[in-house]
This record gives sequence, C-alpha cells and structure tokens, in this order.
Amino acid sequence: MYEQTKTAHHGPAKGLMRWILTTNHKDIGTMYLVFSLMMFFIGGTMAFVIRAELFQPGLQLVRPEFFNQMTTMHGLIMVFGAVMPAFVGLANWQVPLMIGAPDMALPRLNNWSFWILPFAFLMLLSTLFMDGGAPNFGWTFYAPLSTTYAPPSVTFFIFAIHMMGISSIMGAINIIVTIFNMRTSGMDLMQMPMFVWTWLITAFLLIAVMPVLAAVVTMMLMDIHFGTSFFNAAGGGDPVLFQHVFWFFAHPEVYIMVLPAFGVVSQIIPAFSRKPLFGYASMVYATASIAILSFVVWAHHMFTVGLPLGGELFFMYSTMLIAIPTGVKVFNWISTMFKGSMTFETPMLFAIAFIVLFTIGGLSGLMLAIAPADFQYQDTYFVVAHFHYVLVPGSVFGIFAAVYYWLPKWCGNMYKESMGKLHFWLSIIGVNLTFFPMHFVGLAGMPRRIPDYALQFADFNMVTSIGAFLFGATQLLFVYNVIHTVRSGKKAPQKPWEGAEGLEWTVPSPAPYHTFTTPPAASEK
Amino acid sequence: MKLFLKPSSPAGLISIVVLMFVFGFMLVPLYTVFCEVTGLNGKTSGQYQGELTNEVSDNARTVTVQFIANRNDNLPWQFSPKQEVMELMLGERKVTSFRVVNTYDKAVVAQAIPSVSPAAAASHLHKIECFCFQQQALGASESKDMELIFFIDASLPGDITKLTLSYTLSDITGTDLVDM
Repeated sequence: MYEQTKTAHHGPAKGLMRWILTTNHKDIGTMYLVFSLMMFFIGGTMAFVIRAELFQPGLQLVRPEFFNQMTTMHGLIMVFGAVMPAFVGLANWQVPLMIGAPDMALPRLNNWSFWILPFAFLMLLSTLFMDGGAPNFGWTFYAPLSTTYAPPSVTFFIFAIHMMGISSIMGAINIIVTIFNMRTSGMDLMQMPMFVWTWLITAFLLIAVMPVLAAVVTMMLMDIHFGTSFFNAAGGGDPVLFQHVFWFFAHPEVYIMVLPAFGVVSQIIPAFSRKPLFGYASMVYATASIAILSFVVWAHHMFTVGLPLGGELFFMYSTMLIAIPTGVKVFNWISTMFKGSMTFETPMLFAIAFIVLFTIGGLSGLMLAIAPADFQYQDTYFVVAHFHYVLVPGSVFGIFAAVYYWLPKWCGNMYKESMGKLHFWLSIIGVNLTFFPMHFVGLAGMPRRIPDYALQFADFNMVTSIGAFLFGATQLLFVYNVIHTVRSGKKAPQKPWEGAEGLEWTVPSPAPYHTFTTPPAASEK
Repeated sequence: MKLFLKPSSPAGLISIVVLMFVFGFMLVPLYTVFCEVTGLNGKTSGQYQGELTNEVSDNARTVTVQFIANRNDNLPWQFSPKQEVMELMLGERKVTSFRVVNTYDKAVVAQAIPSVSPAAAASHLHKIECFCFQQQALGASESKDMELIFFIDASLPGDITKLTLSYTLSDITGTDLVDM
C-alpha cells in the first residue's frame, strides 16, 4: 500500500515507448479507439468502392473479382476491426472507472491483447497485394468457396482470424476478471452500471464463441493444407457442416457487436432524461436471456440449405422469441424517457436514433425469421438492409454516443456541440438514404455481393450510393471534432452532464492517469 | 479445485476457452451422429452387415427406385446408371451398375458420394456391395461398369412409394485425402 502511494503520482512515460509498453487501461482504451477509427475509415473506403461501382448498372470501375474482395474485406474489417475493438476500447476506459477499480485486473495481458491487433490487420490487409488477391468469398467464408476455390491468400486470412480471436478472448477474460474481482466495496452485481453488465455478458459470449471460430478456421486450414475433408464431400465431409459451425459462432457474434451498445444507451438515456433507468433488473435479465437465446438460433441463417421442417420451425420460433427480451429493453428505454426532463445533446440524439433505427433493423429481422418468407429474402439486399440497420445506426451510433458522452471525461475538454449536432443530423440522413432503399431493391429480388444489377434497380441504387457518400464524408466531421476537442477544446467540468450518474463523474476531468488508487464508496455516486 | 476453476478466475475462463475450442471440433462427429440418428441429410450408412436371407414375403410392397448420376465440378467424364428406374419389392436383393468413362488421357481416381431422398428412406436402403465404398482407380480413357447390390428393408415407412438414390462423382486424383 505504501509503495503504491509513493508512485501513484507519476505521469505517463514520454514518447512512443509509452504506447508500446503501457499497461494503463486509459492508454490502452485510447489505442483501441484510435485503431478502430482507422479501421472504420479503411472499411469505409472499401464500402465507397462498392457503392461507386453500384452507382450505375453495368461494370464501370472495378472487375467483379475485385468487387468480391471489397465486399469480403469490408465485412471483415468492419466486424473485427472497427466495431469489436471500439467496444473493447470503451470497456477499457470505462469499466474500471465505473466500478471504482484502479485499472484492469490483468494489465499486461491487456497490453498484449491490443498489440496483437495491428499485426493481425496488417496481415489481413496485405492479402490485397498478393497474387490471386484478397479473400473474395464473403465475410461468412462459406466452404468450399473458402477452401477448394479460395485464393492462395486464404491462409493469411486464417491466421489473421486466429490472432483477432486470441486478442478478443484475452480482452474478454480481462474484463470478466476485472468485473468479478475489482468492484469497489459495496457494489453488488445488481448495482453495477448497465454498461458494465452488458459488457460482462458480452465477454462471456466472446469466450464461448471465439474458440468455435478458431476451430472452424483451423478445420479450413487442415482441409486446405493437410488433406482432411471436414467440408469436402468427396472425402466424406459436408459443406453444410461449415455453415452450422460458422453460424454457431456468428450468431452470438452479432450480439457481441450490439450488447455493449445497449449498455451505452442505458447509461445515456437516463442521464439526459434526468430519471433513473426504468426497470434495471429486467434490463439485466433481458440482456442475459438474449445472450443465452443467441446459442439456439443459428440455423435461421440457413433456412434454404434444406433443413427438415422441424428444424425450420424450431429455429423460426426460437428466433422470434428473441424479440421479447429485446422488446423489454426498447420499452424500458422509452419508459425511462417518459415524463423525463429531457434535453437533446449529441449523445442523447445518437441514443434516441439508436432506439428508433435499431428497432427498424429488429423488425426486418423478425421478417427474415419467418422461414417461408425467408426463401424470398435469402441473399438479397433485404438482408443487407437488415444487418446494416442493426450495425450502423445500432452499434456504430452506440459508439458515437459513447464517445460524445465520455470524451469530456477522457480528454478534459468539451466537444463543439454545434458540430456534434451537425454530425448527427448528416449521419442520420446519410444512414437512412443509404440503407432504407435497400429494403425495396431486396424485396424486388436484387441479390447481394453482385457488382452489376438489372436496370429496374438503378434509381434506388443511385440514391443508396449518394447516401453512402454523404454518410462517409460526414464522418470526417466527427474526426475533426474529436481532434479539435482533444487539442484545443474548452475545458470541461468534472461532471459535464447535469443528469449523469456513476463513479466516473467523481474523478476530475480529464481523468488522471491513475484513478481510484483507494476504492471509492459505492454510494458516492 | 473448486476455487481454482471458478468462472471469475483467469484459469477458469481459459478452461472455458479450451473447452469451447474442443467443442467446435466435437460439432463434426456430433453432426454426423445427429444426421445418422435422425436420418437427415440423406446419408446412407456403410456396407450392410446383417444376415442376408434373400427371402421376400409374398405380400411385400413394391416401391420405385430412381438412380441419378451427378458429376462434381462438371467433370467431363461420362457417368450414368445402367438402368434409370427400377421397381422392386421390399426385401428383394437387386443388382445394378453405373457406367463411368474416363475421358482424360491420364489415370485418375474417382470417389462417389451417395445420397438418398427422401431423407427418411436413407436408413432403410442397405448396400451390400457398392462402388462408393472404395476409391475407384480409372486408367486413361478407361470405361468401367461399377456394381451396386442393395435392398430396401420391409420397415420402410408406408407413405414412401418412390425413392431416389443419387451418386455424385468427384475427381480426387492427387488430393491424398486423409481417411476420416
């Protein structure tokens, strides 16, 4: 204890080595967030290529092979490089601050789990310059497209996935151990902030399914290089098995990408409604039930592979069941706002947009869950519209909301509210312009992952592309606002939001390099 | 031990990770067993091991069997059943053959993968001898009649009057598949 007090006031080391050697949760959180922002722009550039090619029917800009590489890499980078690291970054910054812990429980592991990522993505991106090109089999990498017919770079893709998986697993272990062991005295599990709860559940999902992803890519590796036949029918394997194992991972994965956003929104809505969160306990149970149900719905991605009738019915009903806990959450957020004394700063705007637009994505998800109807929607732009509605105005808006909400605490300066609002309004227009028309072209039968399309889809595709360019350009405003805030923003008070609650607002702004070296009282909030 | 493996400790969490990695691989045999037990996927079992009585009861039902020959990857080889449709009584032992012609001017190895539709019939179709049990070596431009001996047992569900046995032929030359 004495040793700790003596060294508690040293600042961060100087220079580059600070970032390479750091074990500080705030430094690592910042690195995760900056990394994910860079990946967001790289993945966004790929989306730009896709939308530019689809601006008009016919092949104008890129060859179909390259188009396939773009759709694949866009998906992989956005899922594993942008959304997941951003939430791990938020967890690194906020979980210790919100539970009154001095740091994460396993700081060296924390450093390692971040520093694996740049190498994993460097390896993944380097495939773009290899003979035969980058992976081109879609982010779902179905066998045998990703085994028998894959470009040679698939091996690099497999090892990149392994490294990302190791990074996520270590991050998740760290978060669980921190939450279980380092809460300040007097903070029971059922008193934890919702963001901490959703991350605890997300972390359990991560350690449960990332190893399954590792297993499936290992099987691919063995099929490609060691002569096994896990997914090769000629050797006694089964390509459909790949889809089962993959979606056993990937369905929980989609909740990994959205549960922390639920947590963010559950922090922000009460703060700007100046009311405590409605139905805290039901929120916790709803999150847990969504997580548990996510393990028994995977085959709703595979309704058209030839499942027996019983299978179709089971996966249809179990999928629809998820609407119940999700509905509980949505109504809890609305009830929190009901008769609240609301103000509409940028984080609140993003949080409200999250509720509305995520619900639209949830409803199209319910439509897709109807097995007989799904035969019509399968592999069309309707699916693309659905999952972009839950991922962009869902996860990504959740991340924006969190950054605007906590940025004053992180850097000690207040962002420009007017520019934040402009970012919000242009984003919401861009998002809807981009993804709403996709519903229509999808229902009319436009297939996904195709660089050309029938003339009847031309108008809606042009609207979509214009929306996408607007949305992409708008994000430069966000970058400018964040950089401007960090470098020369107005000083922020310790608690910039009147209605905000939680331990993170009991430390000064910016949060000192070391916080809570002595545990705070849980009731202090 | 109990303390060591609680889910809030790193060791406990790492053991969950290891377990789930193993579980990922376990899904392969689980899937196979699941398909066998439920008869889904139309997978037929291996060589018939039971007693061959070759006795057909007089009032046995007659069913129609259709044979389909597919070529994987649009192989240029010719591959076709000798007889496309046959009628047989339940319990009756039938012999037929599939003809394959290797149109390449080099030796190849082929493997046929069977599938039965409707899937519910898969467990009632028994193969006593089948070319799909072995890899088939074919010399350059060689043609070959590959034999199939099978019967359908009497417990075939009553609503099935017609079933399809399809074979997909794959070129596995030089792939050196590890036996699973």
